[in-house]
Amino acid sequence: MQERLLPYWLLIPAFVIVLATTIYPLAYSFVTSFRAWDLTQSRRPEGFVGIENYIYAASEEQFLNSLWVTFIFVVTSVALTVVLAMALALLLRRKGPMHTFTRIVLILPFAMSPALIGVSYRFMFNPEFGVLAKGLGAIFPALEGVPWLADPQLAMGILVLTDVWHWTPYMTFMCLGGLASIPRETEEAARIDGASNLRIVFGIILPQMKGVIAVMAVLKTIFALKMFDQVVTLTGGGPGTSTETLAYFIFNVGFRWFDMGYASALAWILTAIMMFISIWYVRMLLSEKKMATA
Amino acid sequence: MRKTLTYIGERVLLVFVSVIVLFPIVWMFLTAFKQSRDAYSLSLNFQPTLQNFVTVFSEPWNLGSMVLNSVIVATVTVAIAVPCATLAAYSFSRFRVKARKFLFFLILSTQFIPAVVIVLPFFLMFRQLDMLDTRLALIIVNLAIVTPFVIWMIKGFIDAIPTDSEEAAMIDGASRLRVIKDIVLPVAAPGIMTSSIFCFILTWNEFLFALILSRRDAVTLPVGLVSFRTEQGDLWELMSAAGVMITVPIFIMALFIQKHFTRGMTAGAVK
Repeated sequence: MQERLLPYWLLIPAFVIVLATTIYPLAYSFVTSFRAWDLTQSRRPEGFVGIENYIYAASEEQFLNSLWVTFIFVVTSVALTVVLAMALALLLRRKGPMHTFTRIVLILPFAMSPALIGVSYRFMFNPEFGVLAKGLGAIFPALEGVPWLADPQLAMGILVLTDVWHWTPYMTFMCLGGLASIPRETEEAARIDGASNLRIVFGIILPQMKGVIAVMAVLKTIFALKMFDQVVTLTGGGPGTSTETLAYFIFNVGFRWFDMGYASALAWILTAIMMFISIWYVRMLLSEKKMATA
Repeated sequence: MRKTLTYIGERVLLVFVSVIVLFPIVWMFLTAFKQSRDAYSLSLNFQPTLQNFVTVFSEPWNLGSMVLNSVIVATVTVAIAVPCATLAAYSFSRFRVKARKFLFFLILSTQFIPAVVIVLPFFLMFRQLDMLDTRLALIIVNLAIVTPFVIWMIKGFIDAIPTDSEEAAMIDGASRLRVIKDIVLPVAAPGIMTSSIFCFILTWNEFLFALILSRRDAVTLPVGLVSFRTEQGDLWELMSAAGVMITVPIFIMALFIQKHFTRGMTAGAVK
């Protein structure tokens, strides 16, 4: 084998996998998105209908609802996760037995299956025998007998809660990584000058963490846009369509109603949103790197 | 005085955080050992039983076959993805191949394609090939999610290995493949191990693909959870027992790679 070509040979197996399992399906669903194809009517795709599927989406209420639901979910879960992760990282920065214990505990939520997280929160918020529903009712009498998952706003709140519970630990570790890489001198100097903790955090630490926070926010946005498992196991999109995110709506169109053409078009709308954010993310990473090496 | 207050406050907060994180997990474990009448009460004073585990492993739930499916799907996915990803990661790390930036970008961005887009065409294809509800189908789609992720993780680990001893061996006349086998792999082994476990966890917990592509024969553990939702209502104690079966192996693995965990998680994202 020629040594010169070796780098390419090494890349081939992985690229075959990536091309076959992501690029090909992507191209396939792109083509399908311009067709009419009701799987309950015919096994083969029907004719091309141009951008009709996309035009239909723009006027369909349920699609617009799912966009809105996704938007609310993404904004709240990203904001909460990033803020909590940053706060937790500041808390965990020091060394000590309690700190080490908490760090180990934090590994668990990320390793837990999101589908299972949905199931267990559904159990805990059951108004009749859920431990959290009962417990909160006992502590705050106003919350006694609240039908948690049957209320649109509260159901959304619990959906966000499961996602924040799942992702905050991961993001905390990212923050800790960032905190470890910023020099401590300025902070120590400020401390000697008698600056308050609050001032040190907001005036010295957070400005230096800007890059890490930005990366975290974009990454979390992508994960939140993809979130699917808990919708199925926690709320089933309900009550009504109040927690029906775009990913869940696509799933319904494709695998409950078997409208492949329309589902593909919707999937591509979601892909376009994610691509836009991803490109932005990769750009940001590349410029970060440049700054780091400069 | 102020110092002791901060000291105590910090510990109180840490305990609070640990409780919030641990509570849902502990509650699930407790419920798994409760008899069904205790599962609906909040009492901590109950007679523990293993009956739920016996029930989920027998007819009609057959959790055993789901465990087997999950183990096979996750193991084979790791066995295919990790070696391929290691070679690619080495190439990306050590050579200036043509269009490197573009390939870089291509792999990195496939990580961000929503799974629901990938599964649609695969559903149609497997339906045509009569491959729905097979483990092979699940392995193929899982590779889509896992491979790009592992390439980036392993690349992070290989980047951190200094190239000196590789160069020395090459000067002594060793071939590149030899260098990879004898020098790089042993040093990168902990990183590759960590990546494999990550890859295993991702596949093990995967839900969307299995939900769509399996019906009966190839059902994996996370999808199996949904089957405890019956017309008689949700069978929480059985769901919890199944939940324990899903979580225990993964928790053991996660704690096993605990030290590398942080690094591994951020390597894929930040590197």
